[in-house]
Order: sequence, then C-alpha cells, then structure tokens
Amino acid sequence: MYKWLPFPENISTFGVGVDKLFMYIYWITLVAFILVTVTLVAFLILYRHRPGHKATYIEGSTKLEIIWTTATTVIVFGLALLSYPQWNKIKSPTQLPTPDVVVQVSAKQFNWDMIYPGPDGEFGTEDDLQLENQLHVPEDKVVHIQLTSVDVIHSFFLPNLRLKQDALPNRFITVWFEAMETGNYEIACAELCGFEHFGMRGFLTVHSEADYEAWKAEMWPPQ
Amino acid sequence: MQENEKMSHENENDEHHLPANGDNGTESHDHDHDHDHDHDHDHDHDHHHEEGFVRKYLFSLDHKMIGKQFLVYGLLMFFVGGGLALLFRWQLAYPERPVPIIGASQQYIDEGEVTTGADKMWEKIYESDKEEWLETNMPSGVITPAFYNMLFTMHATIMVFFVVVPILVGAFGNFLIPLMIGTRDMAFPVLNMLSFWLAVLAAVIMTAGFFVPGGHAAAGWTGYAPLSADPQWTGVDWGQNLWAISLLIQGFSSLVGSINYITTVINMRAPGMTFSRLPLVIWSLFIVAILLLLAFPVLSSALALLIFDRLAGTTFFTSTAEGGGDPLLWQHLFWFFGHPEVYILILPGMGIASEILPVFSRKPVFGYKSMVYAMIAIAFLGWIVWGHHMFQSGMQPSLGAFFMTTTMLIAVPSAIKTFNWLGTLFRGSIRFTTPMLHGIAFVSMFVIGGLSGIYMANTPVDIYIHDTYYIVAHIHYVVFGGSLFAIFGGIIYWYPKMYGKYMNDTLSKIHFWLTFISFNCTFFPMHILGIGGHMRRISDPTQYEFLQGFQGMNIFITMSAFTLGFAQLILLFNYFWSMARGKVAEKNPWNVTTLEWEAPTPVPHGNFAQIPTVYRGPYEYSVPGEEEDWIPQAQPEHAPATGGD
Repeated sequence: MYKWLPFPENISTFGVGVDKLFMYIYWITLVAFILVTVTLVAFLILYRHRPGHKATYIEGSTKLEIIWTTATTVIVFGLALLSYPQWNKIKSPTQLPTPDVVVQVSAKQFNWDMIYPGPDGEFGTEDDLQLENQLHVPEDKVVHIQLTSVDVIHSFFLPNLRLKQDALPNRFITVWFEAMETGNYEIACAELCGFEHFGMRGFLTVHSEADYEAWKAEMWPPQ
Repeated sequence: MQENEKMSHENENDEHHLPANGDNGTESHDHDHDHDHDHDHDHDHDHHHEEGFVRKYLFSLDHKMIGKQFLVYGLLMFFVGGGLALLFRWQLAYPERPVPIIGASQQYIDEGEVTTGADKMWEKIYESDKEEWLETNMPSGVITPAFYNMLFTMHATIMVFFVVVPILVGAFGNFLIPLMIGTRDMAFPVLNMLSFWLAVLAAVIMTAGFFVPGGHAAAGWTGYAPLSADPQWTGVDWGQNLWAISLLIQGFSSLVGSINYITTVINMRAPGMTFSRLPLVIWSLFIVAILLLLAFPVLSSALALLIFDRLAGTTFFTSTAEGGGDPLLWQHLFWFFGHPEVYILILPGMGIASEILPVFSRKPVFGYKSMVYAMIAIAFLGWIVWGHHMFQSGMQPSLGAFFMTTTMLIAVPSAIKTFNWLGTLFRGSIRFTTPMLHGIAFVSMFVIGGLSGIYMANTPVDIYIHDTYYIVAHIHYVVFGGSLFAIFGGIIYWYPKMYGKYMNDTLSKIHFWLTFISFNCTFFPMHILGIGGHMRRISDPTQYEFLQGFQGMNIFITMSAFTLGFAQLILLFNYFWSMARGKVAEKNPWNVTTLEWEAPTPVPHGNFAQIPTVYRGPYEYSVPGEEEDWIPQAQPEHAPATGGD
C-alpha cells in the first residue's frame, strides 16, 4: 500500500482486491483532478482581463461535448465492470465460500456478543460459548459471521479486514472473511446506535492454527 | 377604510396576473394588451409604497421581500447550525475537556476551586435544586455523549433543511424567478408568504426541541429506525417527535413553494422568453422545484409513519420476532427522498455558477443546451441511485450492481457541466470580482466533491469507507464547497439588486480567502481520516487504538473549523452593515444581459415599469461586430443605440 495513505494494515484475502480498486480510482480521480485544476488555473492566468484583451464569442462545441461525454461514460463503465466481481465475491449470498469456522455475532447496545457453537458445532445447544466483544478466529481459514442485532441497527466494522456489514434486528446476515495474518485487531461499530456508540468496541484475535486449537481446547473443551 | 383600500388593490393585483399569464404562456407579442396592464400596475405600486411595516416587512406578498426574508432566515440558521458544529468539533479535538468560555476551569473540576467567571456560573448551577439545561447536556462544560449525538443530528438537519434549501430555493428562487423571467410577481403571492411563515414555524419547533425533557433528536439527520422509532433506544422523547413534526411542516413549506415556482416559470415568462432563452439558474430552480414536489411527499409520509410508530404504537419501522415492519423500509423511503434532496442542494448552486462565470468572463456560457440536458440528466438519475446509501445496510447485495452503475453514471453529466464551465472561461476576459472568485471556487470544490463520490459509488471500496469521515468530507465538499460558495457568490452578485447597495468589497474578499483556505483545511483532512477508517458520529475517537494517530489531525480540523466559523461572522456583519452603509449601486453594475438588471434599483413592487420583451438568449457577451461587449436580452434586434447589423 502507498504509505502516504494511512490505511490500517490489510489482513484479509478480499481486502487486497478492495485496496487495489481503491488505488485504481485514486489514480483516475487524481489525474482527472490535476487535469481540471491545471486547465482551470491556466485559463485564469491566460484569459485574465487586461487592456487590449477581448473575450472571444464561443457558444460551444458539439464535438467536444461528444468527446467528453463518451470518455467519461467509458471510464465509469470500465470501473463498474471491474468492480462487479469484487463485490459479488465479498457480499453475494450465493457466492459464499464454504466455511471452516462459523461464529454468530449478536449486536446490542453497546456490546458485541460473540457466540461460538461449542464442541458439537451446533448453535442453540447447551455447549455454546458466548463471549463479550472477543472474536477469536484461525488464520487462513474461511470464517462465516452470522450477524444480527437485538435492538437497533449496528454496523460490524473490521477495518483491517476491509469488512463492514450492518446488523439488523430479527434478521441474520452472513458475511465471511479469511484473515491472512495473526494478531490482535479492533472491531468498531460504524452505524450510530445510541449515546455509547463510540464505545462499542470489540477485539479480533487471529490465531495461528495451533494456537487456535489450544484456545478451543481451553475455552470449549470436548465433553 | 385604509384596510379596504389595500384589499381592493390586492384583488386588482390578482386579476392582473390572470390575463397576463395567458399572454405570457402563449408567448404572444400582444404589446398593446401588456401596456394596458402596465398602466394599472404603475397605479398599483404607488399605493403599495404606503404599506405599513407589518405588511411590508413581515407579511409581505412581494416575492422580493419574501426572498430576502428567506435569505436572512437562512443566514441566521446558518449560524445556529455552524455553532453546533463548532461545539462537537471541540469534543472531537479535546474529548472530555470543557468547552472554552462557558466551560469550567480544570481547577474547578479537579479541586472545586472557583477561579473564573464560568466557574462561578457552574457553582450556581450545581447549588440550585433545579435540573438546569446546561447541567444535563454539558456538565461543567463537557459535552456528554448523548448531547454530542444531538449536536451532529441537529447540525445536519439545520444545515440541510433550514439553511441551504431555504437560501437556494426560498431566497434565490423567490427573488430571481419573477425578475429573470420578466414578470411582476409569483403566480401565487399568498402561498408564497405562507411558504415563508411555515418555514419560520418549522424552525421555531425545531429549535424548541433542544429544550424539551429528554433533549433533542439524536438519531442522526437520517433518523434511522429503530433508533428513531422508539424512545427506549435513545432516551429522547419529544425531541424526536418535534424533529419529525418540524420537518413535516418544512415539507409543506417546500411543496407550496415548488408549486408556485413551477406555475410561475411555465405560465408567466415575458414575451419572447422561451425555454431555450431561460437563464440557467432559472432552469436549475425549475428542475429543483419539480424534484421538491415529487421528493418531499415521500419524506412526509415516512415522517408521518415514524410519528405513528412513536406515538400510536404502530410498527412500520420496527420488527419483532413475530413480524411487524422493517427498519430498512425507513431507509428506502428516506433515501428515495434523500438523494433527490442532495441534488436539490447542488443544482441551484450549479445554476448560480452558470450565471456568474459568463458575466465575469464576458463570454456566452459554453454549451447552453448540454448544460440544460446535464441538469435534467442529474435530476432524473437522482431518482434511481438511492440504494447507494444502503450498500452495507443488509439490502439484497445483488442490487448493488444496479445502484453502483447508475451512481457512477452521474459522473457523466457532472463532468459535462465541469468541462462546460472550463469552456466558458476559455478565451474569455476574466474579471476577478468577489462573486467570480466564489464561482471559480465552486467549480474547483465541486470537482473534488464529485470525484470523491466515485469512491463511495464503487461498492467494494464503499465496504471500507462507508460511514467513515470519507463520506463526511464528500458531503461537505459538495454542499459547503459547492452550494455554499455558490450562495456566497450569489449573495454578493445580486446584493446590488436586492438592496441597491454594494457589499463592502474588502470585507467580502477577506471573507472569501479566509473561507476558501479554512474550508479546505477543515474538510480535506477528513478524506485522510476516512482512509484511516475513522468512523463518523463517534464522540470520542481516542477510544480506538487504530485511531490514536489521528488525534493531531482532529485538532487541526477543529482549529480550521473555528477559523471557518469566524470567517462567516464577517459575512454576516458585511450583509447587515452594507444595507445601511454600503456604496449605492447603479442599475446594472456588472453589465449583465439578463432581465433582473432591467428593473430599476431598488426594485419597486411590480418589478418593471413595463414588462420587457425578450429578443435573444441570456448570455450574449462579446458578440462580434458589436460595440458593447454585452447585449441585454430585452434589447430589440435593431436598436439604434448599438447600431446593430
């Protein structure tokens, strides 16, 4: 990543694609901005009012209108075409990769309840493990998050995974990610959810596979 | 007796409009007919001069006075909205620190030692048994998280509904439409007055919300349900109700205004003022009136349902395990209104820039027709992009592709307009007057705001930057960098026609440069915060480790915001000071071709001594072979004055 852009480190597989798209748009818009601004400033200097200088009567140019309309249309359609597959890969409910790990995340004012299925691998059974604000996942595995809320709308935001999804009451939305780096990261709420919205902070721990097994053995020992 | 006389004149006035409407609507050139009416009107406005203070300044039926009322209203609300922003900017820069001036000193907070005047005030507040307003919302001057939410909610609500729309549509729409299309007043002067007073009522109710138990609405200006739909989630009770009621009333005000504008533009144009000779600002206001007419009822119905949810126990926007409504329904309704609303905020700004740039380049606007088509395209696309606010909301993700495509397409008409503005400057003879500086600033700031929109239109990138400061930067580049620079430019540009005086140019220039620099220092760094993942609407960013590094930038932004706020005081002072002390302006100080400058200054009731006839388009500057570098729209083809060809 370009170091003058202060992105938090990306650790997600699809995050690479998101950042790449960001950079495409960054260069396109930067070039467009520089072109327009340089032209603007040049015109302001060249055509400033001064004695003996007169404006030229020009009503427009159909040719130019066609050129810049077509050029802009081509660029935006090009960008859109590049983006469809990325979007579908990340968010399409029909293209979800098969999960290695599933965690239910239930948002409430102002905490994230992380619910693990326990040794039996089933939710809604007695051996479910519920942790407040602590999300533990293994590295290099597909994780499914079944996201819901018990009160208002929250937004599950993992800056380092380039993932954000609103949590809605009485609805389960499944999102996925695959973390490529072990470590501790932050989870934030990105949708205004009440007076303590700013304090709705969670923690993501990405374990190496061995660590994850150890954590599991400690937290949900097989019965 | 006197009252009766006035009444009868008003009736006369109304009657005049009817036949005149017919004439103008068919663009007939029946001059004799017009002259008859003109005569009567002259007679009319002699009497109007005798209007009492109340009739003239408060319950005025004159479109110019109503326009000025909206302008003063908008400027005053601008200071309320801006003040709220400065309060929460303080909290973002220095979380948990008392605000300056009214906040208690650190000694007082730590040791209870009274040292400053503010400490004394707090001592008194704490000693009283009553639960004081200040004590609830900012104990010792520290903004509570709940109050913080009210501040940004009301900042946006006020800026959108009580500042930018009233100034662009209410003030410029009212003042300019009749003058620029060459008619005596709006089609429905009484409705026009109603529109203003409804807006005042709405503003009073909105302001009152701060002082009800539970505080003001704190669910964001977007009022997302279920947060807004049930007092249990925010603790806000009547504040949110008043918010909804006030916006309902403001909706009626806008509807009444928009019907008036549409009718006036369609029916009351001066002879010869065809649609293809309409100044672009009138085109923009006409299109915006149509958008308002169609968009506002959607918000009004959503607000009505929200009020039912809150007061009557319905569940339109809340869901339970057994069923009920859907929180996403609110978002769909809100943004189906909200996106056209965004274009309501920017299109008149584009119109104003399209007036200012040709005048001070002494050139026709480049590509008049494509400018009109581009505005129509933007207005049309505005209806089919609302889903881009909801990419991460849980809306069916496959809709993302459609909304991304339509949203990105808006770049096309926006680019057309930008290139045409550049084309207008090309080979011109550019005068750097203060309105022109604002016009140029509008173009360059709009470019930044437009380009940053592409990031969020792009669904995968939006996953990351959605609900971060990136969107805050974007909206402010469009609505402040765009609309407000156009508003400032427009005020200075039309001030001589409004008040017969110039605004003080030195003050205007200081205001411009301070605003331009501090605006960019305030909002440009927000893009960087957004890239860093800084969420919007959080009252204390220092809670997050990954945001620790941005605190210096937050302080810089806050300092710039205070400068920006201070600069606006110069504008306010200049506005009122120049009314009394400004240099007297001549009839057409900028040598402009459009009709508003044909009217005498100050413009009398009824506007024109004689309704002008229009012979040409609105931007005939530097026409080859002409002596003057401008030909007024109302100048006949073979006028002896210019010796035509």
